[in-house]
Amino acid sequence: MTSNYFEILRGGVNTTFQDKGRENLYHIGIPFSGVMDNRNFLLANKLVGNHLTAPVIEFAYQGPHLRYTGDQLNFVITGDVIFKIKKKDYEIDGDCYHSYHLENGDEINIISTNKSVYGYFAIGSEIDLKFQWNSCSINTKANIGSNNGKKLDSGQKINLLKINSDKTLKKVNYINSKIENIRVIKGTNFDYFSDEGKKIFFEKEFIVSKLSDRMGMRLEGPKIENIINTNIKSEGLVKGVIQVPADGNPIIMLSDHGTVGGYPKIGVVVSVDYDRLVQLAPGSKVKFQEIELSDAETLFKLYEMETKNLLNQI
Amino acid sequence: MLKNISNLGDAALYCDFGIQVNKATNLEVIKYFNTIREKKIKGINNLTPSYNKLIISFDLRVTNFSEIKNKVENLDTTIEQNKNNKKIEVPVCCEENFALDKSRLEKKLNLSYQEILTKFFDKDYFCYMTGFIAGMPFLGDIDENLRTQRLETPRVKVPQGSVGITEQFANIYTFDSPGGWNIIGNTPLKVFDDSKERDPNLINPGDTIIFKKISRQEYESSNDK
Repeated sequence: MTSNYFEILRGGVNTTFQDKGRENLYHIGIPFSGVMDNRNFLLANKLVGNHLTAPVIEFAYQGPHLRYTGDQLNFVITGDVIFKIKKKDYEIDGDCYHSYHLENGDEINIISTNKSVYGYFAIGSEIDLKFQWNSCSINTKANIGSNNGKKLDSGQKINLLKINSDKTLKKVNYINSKIENIRVIKGTNFDYFSDEGKKIFFEKEFIVSKLSDRMGMRLEGPKIENIINTNIKSEGLVKGVIQVPADGNPIIMLSDHGTVGGYPKIGVVVSVDYDRLVQLAPGSKVKFQEIELSDAETLFKLYEMETKNLLNQI
Repeated sequence: MLKNISNLGDAALYCDFGIQVNKATNLEVIKYFNTIREKKIKGINNLTPSYNKLIISFDLRVTNFSEIKNKVENLDTTIEQNKNNKKIEVPVCCEENFALDKSRLEKKLNLSYQEILTKFFDKDYFCYMTGFIAGMPFLGDIDENLRTQRLETPRVKVPQGSVGITEQFANIYTFDSPGGWNIIGNTPLKVFDDSKERDPNLINPGDTIIFKKISRQEYESSNDK
């Protein structure tokens, strides 16, 4: 058996293995996890000829610096990412959405995401990973998933099992669009808030706080006043729920969120906006815009069609 | 009874069983939870039962709100379910270093710690739900005289195994985790075991819990430690 592997020279800020995540475990307290930006995940896998739901490396802000040892393989980076590929005699700036060959001794240095948060590194190979509940996704809060549920760190190795035989290089033209208006459906506790609070929620600007991670996105801005109760009996949460605790600052539940919570829900971000929501870096300005359920459903269908079209171009 | 179904965003149903939080309401929630699980309805990818609510998440690529709502409304919940609810004994040590909120509780409840523990260990508890963090059980109802609010400032790290109380409920921290419940002791029992994928939770909704007071010596010599 040949030994093909990556050495991690620098782990990056929050580098984890992710895939489609875990289903049907909310009732025991385990969230979906999985990739934050689903479209970029699917594109990454398609560009290296993997199954669409194969494990990838997700990184936030600064990514990992890796050195490869082994037989030739393909890799790709998706998102809005600045990275360098270091060959024996030269170094090039990499382009996202272009797959590249990687040879023995080459290095990939993922310097940073550009005005966004998450990027994806897909390898045209099966990776040696531990799966829990049919997913490798690392949940660092519960220490579940591959790598004992911990983020990847320098000095570690990523072992590969079987390199894809098809090494055709592929690319797709895609530009990540930015989002400023986040569309929401009113939450089940919308009426807990004062008229002024409701008005603020839909009319004022909020800033994404530095205290945001895979669990949740905290927002800062004018306070949203609660006139009924700042606590509710704990009940289930889903991705995209916007809770407003007693301090009046909204928190949006993201992929690793706690499965139940006791703060009133003012709104829920619609599914179509999720991939772009998670890419909002701290300091970004956002506004909420109310839409109806039927419109949210239609917009999601269109988004899915667009994703399929992109995948078909590869 | 299931009072109302609304949408929580575009990919979840919010089933409301009324404002009363008691065993009867919760058993109704659990009945729906079990029936829907057994039906394996296409597109449903998560169910979250809580005291008086059931949230049903679904994959918007496969189905939608009105389809799932229709199925839930026409559900036959009269079928007898195989109840495999368990009675579980949970040993708790309430000595120094484990009873983090001993003095706070004595002051808030105006009771001696001995009186608090007597009331706490004197009854059985019902598991309403599990969640927040993996495997954490929410148990009730605690004695009327032991009910108090969460800490004003939650702890950044509550040690694994801590047994907490707040309002009418008790819980067990399955991991080191942030949290604001009043900690009265610690159990050496492994309440969540992720090496058992099929059944990682020791305690599930509908189970009965009997807390048993143990000494530090018994705690230290416990198998799970």
